[in-house]
Amino acid sequence: MKDQSHFSSDRRSFLKSSGHLVIGFQLFPALAAITGFEDKSACETQPVADGQTIDAWIRFDADGKLSVITGKMELGQGIRTALMQMAAEELDVPMNRVKIIIADTGQTQDERYTAGSGSIEGSGRAIRNAAAEARQYLLNLAAEKLQTDVANLSVKEGVVMSSKSKNTVTYQELVAGKRLEVEVTGKAPLKEPASYRLVGKAIPRDDIAQMAAAEAYYIQDMRLPGMVHARILRPPVYDSKLVSIQKEQIAKVPGVLKLVVNGNFVAVIADKEYAAVKALEILKTNAKWDSKPLAVLPQNLYNNMLETASAPKVVEESGGSVPAKDFTHEAVYKKPYQMHGSIGPSCAIGLWKNDLLTVWSHSQGVYPLRKTISDLLQMPENKIRVIGVPGAGCYGHNGADDAGGDAALLAMGMPGKPVRVQWMREDEHKWEPYGSAMVLSVKGRIGAAAKIDAWNTEICSDTHSSRPGGNAGHLLAGRHIAKPFTFKSGGFSGGSHRNSVPLYDFSAKKISLRDFYGPLRSSALRSLGAYGNIFALESFMDELAWKAGEDPVAFRLTHLKDERARQVITTMVEKAGWGQGRGEGFAFAQYKNSAAYLAVKAEVSIDKAAKTYQLTKLTAVIDAGQVINSDGIINQTSGGMIQAASWTMLEEVKFDKTGVTSTTWETYPILRFDQVPHTEVHIIDRPGEEPLGAGEAAQGPTAAAIANAIFHATGSRLRELPLTPDKIDWEKIS
Amino acid sequence: MAELITIKVNGKVHKIEADPEMPLLYLLRNDLQLNGPKYGCGIERCGSCMVLLNGKSQPSCVIPAASAAVYEVTTLDGLAKNGRLDPVQEAFIEEQAAQCGYCMNGMIMSAKSLLAENKNPSDEQIRQALNRVLCRCGTHTRIISAVKKAAAKMKNS
Ligand code: FES
Ligand code: FES
Repeated sequence: MKDQSHFSSDRRSFLKSSGHLVIGFQLFPALAAITGFEDKSACETQPVADGQTIDAWIRFDADGKLSVITGKMELGQGIRTALMQMAAEELDVPMNRVKIIIADTGQTQDERYTAGSGSIEGSGRAIRNAAAEARQYLLNLAAEKLQTDVANLSVKEGVVMSSKSKNTVTYQELVAGKRLEVEVTGKAPLKEPASYRLVGKAIPRDDIAQMAAAEAYYIQDMRLPGMVHARILRPPVYDSKLVSIQKEQIAKVPGVLKLVVNGNFVAVIADKEYAAVKALEILKTNAKWDSKPLAVLPQNLYNNMLETASAPKVVEESGGSVPAKDFTHEAVYKKPYQMHGSIGPSCAIGLWKNDLLTVWSHSQGVYPLRKTISDLLQMPENKIRVIGVPGAGCYGHNGADDAGGDAALLAMGMPGKPVRVQWMREDEHKWEPYGSAMVLSVKGRIGAAAKIDAWNTEICSDTHSSRPGGNAGHLLAGRHIAKPFTFKSGGFSGGSHRNSVPLYDFSAKKISLRDFYGPLRSSALRSLGAYGNIFALESFMDELAWKAGEDPVAFRLTHLKDERARQVITTMVEKAGWGQGRGEGFAFAQYKNSAAYLAVKAEVSIDKAAKTYQLTKLTAVIDAGQVINSDGIINQTSGGMIQAASWTMLEEVKFDKTGVTSTTWETYPILRFDQVPHTEVHIIDRPGEEPLGAGEAAQGPTAAAIANAIFHATGSRLRELPLTPDKIDWEKIS
Repeated sequence: MAELITIKVNGKVHKIEADPEMPLLYLLRNDLQLNGPKYGCGIERCGSCMVLLNGKSQPSCVIPAASAAVYEVTTLDGLAKNGRLDPVQEAFIEEQAAQCGYCMNGMIMSAKSLLAENKNPSDEQIRQALNRVLCRCGTHTRIISAVKKAAAKMKNS
């Protein structure tokens, strides 16, 4: 494993450097942590650090390299590059002298989860401020050295020059030989956006080159010396109890080292990966389980939700009281359980050595995972280090944390051996926590001047966040072991009603939420409740527009004062055209009512004879404030639209009384090339504004735009996802 | 149980002691420590594990290593020649045709196989050739552009 800068040991260079500048860092004595999985000694020498002692955002080493340090995780969203760009810009250093250290409880700060499109707004801002601080500090040093005022200094490619004497000094010379620690004051001036050279540009991601060259990049590519391989035997249904298992049969499989049976948690560990796979196949047939059938089934799911959910709690009420009756129109929208469906099933490695546990994981939150593992093993957090290594795209809370818990538990029983847990495809499909089913009941009244004056939404949903924030009951291993931890539900806040409040200017709005405890495990899936809520909201706006006899785009504009919202819509019309034919659908939202604005047009064509439709094109206009990396925004938005189109047109987790039956890509199909639409993304850049999270903005609007386009093309209003062609009334079409 | 399997991968002959039933994917990833082919589904439904068998793209997750030994196996790891990446790899990098990139192996290997037979594929033909490979990040449109760019590069070289 040569040349893996991605995994290279940053701490080591830190230690070797004769001097360095760290910003916002309270120094930790004798910091000898080493990361990078090519370094076998990692876990023996690491001091386990915690949030208090690790407080650095950027570091300048004596070799002139700038390290950006973030607690956020690379998930394929390109956050590494965007954060490096922000730091390099503020300091005026070239991109090739910047590197980045991501999510690692041994090296980076506790930034909780990489979620909610919050990394640029959170980590990005901190790194930008730290870089500005570093620049100010270095310029003060340079002023002394060049005997001039800071005002006379300029920086280019890491070289500071005095405009008076034309003398220069490099950052490297300023740092060398000294040990500088600077606290963030929050007072350092930021660069003027007008002078940006890197921010806003389509800087290519260096990790894509590593992937294309088949370098070891993913957690799945980690190979540690002496590593052993584990497979987990999951029960058939969520609450099955293990009755018996024929241990002797497994012991006979060549290569099997150990069979672990801890309550309902069963795993096999082998010296070779294929031996573990084979043993798992045998286990599947010889383990006997006692399973209670699932009570709520797909055919009665939505009714059950409405019957059993809690009484409504008002989450928003504004602009006067919403009437109890006299609505112009009402409609009920339904969304089934949907999967994250990562292409690479979850994986983790655990190593228990010298009284320290190291877990390599593609979790979205290394610190919360550490806390949860500490709960699971009843072991202090400072004996655990969780190191983030990218996996396949996760799009929210998938099996990553659970696999981390599995690896931690198994590693404790194999001292000195790295234990690699790889979930099988079926494990990921059956056990990941899905995006919850939802029922959205919407009512609206059109008052004077064809304007909506009352709006009422009632949401019914299970939780959109059951991440393990320290509670081992949120890990599968924690729930399956002999002394199980209990799952504490109650994460209903926020996620379920995200984007349910219309951004439009209606005089009276009321949103209420009913909590439902569903039959399937659920948690955060890209955009959480916003996907279902915007699907309902923007479908209903369309319905009201048709009722009012108004053009759907014009109708929305008459209800919108927000200038930026209006501009994404008018730009969409300019770029993609509107009112040109049959099968056009439109939708708009500002993600979380606080992040990126996005308008989308969907175009569908129908084949009446074959009773099918084709989504031909999706065009988005996005305003994410100040653009950091334009190509990153285009990539995320186009990908978000295609993924949302897949959810919307095809996806539904199938289950019956024996449990989840969507166990393969055949029983849970997702969009393939033959159905993928053309996409087009236009960005409205606002360099003077704050950058806004963009990665989830397309999910909801895309769903509604497709539904609206289907209505436009066929006259059928589809209110239940997925929008499969059999739900269209083909007789209606002239 | 274990047998000696003699197999040519990326131009080099290897002798590997292994369970002959073991799918080729495990031999490539574990015994030969190659990173290109990835585990995705294990039942030939996602294309993550794509390799070239005598130049044709095929999943490696089901075919037993012993049966694969009759072919010349090429993986993503072996596409670069004389220290230079293959035009298909270059095109994927230039087009930034990835988000998480986990599907990229399957995409590049399928494209390689397509372009060996069809120097000038239409969009439709590219979609067809890549249809076996799943991408969950929704990078499809860029991937199509990358394959077109690769075709152009190969023509000009
Ligand atoms: S892993 Fe081989 S096709 Fe999915
Ligand atoms: S880029 Fe993530 S699966 Fe294709």
